[in-house]
Order: sequence, then structure tokens, then C-alpha cells
Amino acid sequence: MSDAQFEIQLIASLVAIACAIPGTFLVLRKMAMISDAISHSILPGIVVGFFITQDLNSPLLILLAAMTGVLTVVLVEKIQKTKLVKEDTAIGLVFPALFSIGVIMIAKFANDVHLDIDAVLLGELAFTPFDRVFYGDIDLGPKSLWVIGIILVVTLILLFSFFKELKMSTFDAGLATSLGFSPVILHYGLMSVASITTVGAFDAVGAILVVALMIAPAASAYLLTTNLKKMIGLACFFGVFSAISGYWVAHWLDASIAGSITTMLGVVFLFVYLFAPSKGLIAVLYREKQQRIEVSLITFLLHLKNHTEKRERHVNHLNEHINWEKVRSKTVLALALKNNMILISDNIVSLTEKGEEFTSKAIDYILTNEDSLIEDMKDDFFLFRG
Amino acid sequence: MEIIEYIKLVFSDYTLRTITLGTAVLGAVTGMLGSFAVLRKESLLGDAISHAALPGIAIAFLITGSKDTNILLIGALVSGLIGTLWIRGITSKTHLKSDTALGLILSLFFGFGMLLLTYIQKLPDANQAGLDKYLFGQAATLLESDVWLMTFVTGLCLLVLLLFWKEFKILLFDKDYAHTLGFNTKFIDILITSFIVLAIVLGLQTVGVVLMSAMLLAPAAAARQWTNSLGKMVFLAAVLGGSAGVFGTAISATQNNLSTGPVIVLVASVFVLFSFIFSPKRGLLFKRIRLIKNRNDLELQKTLAFMYHIVEDHEDVSHPHTIRMLNNFQGYSRKGLRKLVDKNYVELEGGMWSLTSEGFKAAENLYNQNTKDE
Repeated sequence: MSDAQFEIQLIASLVAIACAIPGTFLVLRKMAMISDAISHSILPGIVVGFFITQDLNSPLLILLAAMTGVLTVVLVEKIQKTKLVKEDTAIGLVFPALFSIGVIMIAKFANDVHLDIDAVLLGELAFTPFDRVFYGDIDLGPKSLWVIGIILVVTLILLFSFFKELKMSTFDAGLATSLGFSPVILHYGLMSVASITTVGAFDAVGAILVVALMIAPAASAYLLTTNLKKMIGLACFFGVFSAISGYWVAHWLDASIAGSITTMLGVVFLFVYLFAPSKGLIAVLYREKQQRIEVSLITFLLHLKNHTEKRERHVNHLNEHINWEKVRSKTVLALALKNNMILISDNIVSLTEKGEEFTSKAIDYILTNEDSLIEDMKDDFFLFRG
Repeated sequence: MEIIEYIKLVFSDYTLRTITLGTAVLGAVTGMLGSFAVLRKESLLGDAISHAALPGIAIAFLITGSKDTNILLIGALVSGLIGTLWIRGITSKTHLKSDTALGLILSLFFGFGMLLLTYIQKLPDANQAGLDKYLFGQAATLLESDVWLMTFVTGLCLLVLLLFWKEFKILLFDKDYAHTLGFNTKFIDILITSFIVLAIVLGLQTVGVVLMSAMLLAPAAAARQWTNSLGKMVFLAAVLGGSAGVFGTAISATQNNLSTGPVIVLVASVFVLFSFIFSPKRGLLFKRIRLIKNRNDLELQKTLAFMYHIVEDHEDVSHPHTIRMLNNFQGYSRKGLRKLVDKNYVELEGGMWSLTSEGFKAAENLYNQNTKDE
């Protein structure tokens, strides 16, 4: 591994961490699409900044562009406040307009300079090690590394000093306000950090990858944990993992690094989406099936309790009266038997003592509208789940 | 260039005619379908779909090796639909919210598409140039056959809209009710979403992946301000979208170095801004005017009510009192007083005012909701 390769991976990893932190809060605050809007609408800011500074890495340009990002948020909120359109429509109206202005400005005035839209949208990580900072004659490393490093340090400082406030205003804005934290300041603080990170990272990885790096790791982590600290940690881990593995995939395919990092993020998310222990697709589908059978079981037990006559309790009657198919009635019967809820003699089903107790409790809960308690009761009574 | 000269050129020049027609038809169909997207609160779905279509284009090229627009668009259609279904899957089966799902699909599919595009570019002897026109769109590459395709899809879309109008409408405003009436809501849902995806895919070549969502939203958001009827809104959105296409093309054609897509989007945004401000019922300007008018009316009523309380114990309601008795706190102002005189409610003489019997009656009925104000 050469120095340049190491530096590229280091920059990608730092960008991943710098994005994952604000990204986690954006996902939790249901504002993920704002990051998409910001990443597009910084374009006019970058263009204007570039006219003034002629340097894509200058702090002034980053500030100007970040201000356009915050301006987007303000505009969206202003439009939303008029109640003429919904929030998502407001987002969808603002950023294409700003992006168009940026594109037109580039086409009109910046045709001869080194700034094209592809670069802004896609970035070029492979070139970052060649643009270096020198102090006198000493090589201090790539410029992008410095830019993203400083942004990351600032983000971390802000995160540690305002963690409590951020957590509170994210999960209970009302409580945060009543305790004296200003949600507005925190909101705009978060937006500013997101904007600055987007601008700082776009040069290296491009605007679209910034969105992916903000949302995908946080969303994957959200499927695995409900603890904020763990979620941030996991998001950072997923980001760094995708950054490094994505780099090597790109190396192997000889294709865009940004594209392959995003693809790796997609692979990670797909994996988590399918296999997350309690919130993944497979777990959810399995649980839905289990619950369907258990609801049937409870219905069946209630039916037994209501009827003493033999005709109503005959095994075949299940198919006729409750309208179940053969397979389903079999599964339900088997489950009830396994759990010692019923006895079957001569094809006549009757409740056992345990079944009686379970059913009367279930009736109690249903009558008092405390259906959710049935879930806990199941843990007490069931030896086997559906 | 003179306007008349330009219009002549539109009819005589093949390229210009094709582009103008193409963008107009595209604007109309996206405006039409965009109305549904906006009303279903799925405004950003268009953004996600257009980005999600990119890998489809690349894969279609990788498999067939052809650059034929239709084949590439079929690829885009398939991958757009997959993206849409996955978004639905994420929001319905996990606790991730729709904004996260949209952002995820948008960025992940787009990134994957970029990976494929850069991979294709490095392939030996592949004549791949031109695939990236789908990123930002190049209206100049429109052919007459593309316009025909768009017109065909627009016609089809119109037909389906007319056929399923009632179903779409009921699904839009009360999904549960539609379900209880026995409509197959899932089918209608998929039908309308597929058409939205189709319209987006058609526009990729003209305005590109990035700006496509605005084509869908802006005409619909502008049209929404002018009417509360779905039919009128859809029609208006189609007209606005079409004219955004025509004007955008005209502006970009008469200037150097202006790509058509961004200009069309900006024109559509101007429509939106105009509608936001000047729409008579919902517009900000008239809302402001109504607010001021209401405030003035209220002040007048306050003055009148105060006068009424003073005179109600008198035998003669028109007994004069000094103006000095009124103060700011009661909503008194010179202008207000003059207005009351104009309405013939009050008579002024020197420093004295007196209620007319007409004014007394009006004041008496001030809080009576049953009598209509003139």
C-alpha cells in the first residue's frame, strides 16, 4: 500500500465519521432529506466562493457554501410556514431552483475555469493526495485531509459539549424547551454543522456520496440499536468500514471511489435490513407470522370457552365455523396441544386448567382495553411460540 | 433575436421544433402526474426515483451494449420501480421513516449507478460516450422519435387518468374509504406510482436525473394555489408545465451556454413564486391585504361598540358627546371616525359626535351572527 493509497483511505474514513455524526441526528429527527437538499443547493455558494477565492479548499469558500446550505433550510422553513405547501414539497422546490442557478452560473461565467458540475456532484477522491499543503518546504499532507480533519474535530467538540442538549431536543423537544434549552439554536447549529461537513467533504467525495454517508450508516445503525451512543458508534463503524472496503473495490474494478463506497454502504444496509435481529425484514416477517398464529390461537381458545356443547367443539368444526383452512387449523391445534392448553379426546376439544386460566386472563385484558398486556402474558404461559 | 423571428424559427428549424415540442409535452405530462405526487405527500419520491433510475441505464447498456434511448429507458424504468418498491418496503416493514428511506434509496442507487458508469467508461472499446447526458440532461439530443414516444405516453397516461379518474381521486383523499368500498387500492396505488415513474424516466434525457424532481413538483405546487378542484389542478399543472418547457427552451435557445434543463426548472420556480404571492385565495399578498382589512374592520367595530355603550343609557341615542371621550385604546382613529361618518353611522359637529339611529341599530346587532353585514 503506497502513501497515496493510505492517505485516500484515511481521508475517506475521516469523511465517513464526520458525516455519520450529524447524519445520525438527521435520521432521528426525520430530516434526512434535508441533507440531500443541502448537498445540492450549496452549488451556487461554491461557485460564488470560487469566483472570489479561486481555490476549492479555501475556508471562505467553505463558509460561503455552508451559508447557502443554511439558507436552504431557512427558505424551506419559510415556505412551509406559509402553509401553502407541505414540508417535503417545500424541500423539493427549493433545492432544484438553487442547483439550477449554480449550474447556470457555471455554464455562463466559469466555462474556462477548473470547476465542473461533475466534480461537485461526484468529487474525485483519487486526486486528493496530489493537492498538498506546504509550510515553507515541509510537506504537511493533503489539503483535503486538513479540511476534513478540522471539521471533524470541531464536530466532535460540539458533540461532546452539547450531547445532552442534542439528545434531549431530538427525542423530546417540548421538554428541552421547558428546561431552557433553545431548540432553535440547536436546530440551526446542527444544520450548520451538516452544511459545513457537506461542503468540506464534497470536494473529496462529491455531493451525492455525502448524502449516502450521512444517511446510510445512521439508518443501518438505527435498525440495530435504540441507544443513541451505540447508534453513533455503529454509524461511524459502518461508515469507515464502507469507506475502506469501497476503496479496495474501486481499486479492483478501476472505477469511481465515491461510487464504490456508496455501493458498499448499500451492501451494508441491505445486509442489516435483511438480517437485523429484531427489526430486520426477516425477523419482522417471522414475527408477523408468529403473531398471526397466536391471534388465531387466542380466538380459538375464546371460542372453546364460550361453548360447552360438543358440536361446537368438534375438530372439524374449526374449518366450518371459524372459516379456517385445514393447514391453519392444524397449526393452531398443534400449538395449543404443545402448550398444554387443550385436550383432545374423540375429536372433541376441551380446555385444560391452564387453558382456562389463560383464556380468562385474556378476556379480562381485552375487556379492559389492555390488549398490549397479552404480549407479556404469552411469555408466562407459552412453552412454545407460534 | 426578435420574438417573431424566434417563433418563425421554432416552426422552421428541425432541432428547435423538436426540443420545444419535447419539453412542452414533457412538462405537461409531469405536471399532470406531479399533481398526484404532491397531493399524496410524496413530493420527494420523484427525486428518489429519478436518482434510482441511473443504475438501470448503466446495466441496460452493459447487457445490450446498445445506446438506443428506448432500451436504456426500459432499464431506467425497471430500476426506478425497484427503488420505489424498496422505499415502500423500508417504510412498511421497519421503523425507519419515509425521509430516511427516500434519502437511502436516492443516494445508494445513484452511487451504484456512478460506479457502473465509471466502470463502463474504462471498458476497452466500448462506445459508451453519451451515457452521462442522463445526469444533467441534454435537450439538444432529443429526436423526433423521442417526442413521439413522449406523446404516446402522455396519451396513454391521459387515457388511464380518464378511465380511473374516480378511483384515483378517492384513493387520493380517503384511502380507507376507498378500501371499504371494495376498490383494489393496492392496484390503483401501483398504477399511479408506475405512471409517475414512467414520466420521470421519460424526462431523464431532457432535464437529467438531478433536476427531474422539480419538473414533477413545481407545476403542481403552482397549480395547487389557484384551485381546490382536482380536475382543474391537474389541467392547470399540465398547462403550467408545458409553458415552462416552451419558455425555458426559448430562453436557453436565445442565449449562449445555457443548458435547457436548469432554465426550465427556473422558469417553473418563477411560476411557483408568482402563484405563492398573487393567487387570489391562498396567495401571500391577498392574505396580507385581507388581514389588514379585517384589522381595520375590527377597529371600526370597537369604536362603534364603545359609542354604543356610552349612549345606550340615554333616552336620546343621538345626543352629542365630545370626541375627546374616545381614545386610542377603544380603537379610535381619525380615519376610522371618518369611515363611520361615510357609512352614515355617526354625525360629527365641531368637537362633538352623535350616533345616528342607523348607527345605533348596527351597533346593537354587532354581535348578532344572524344579521348579515352589508
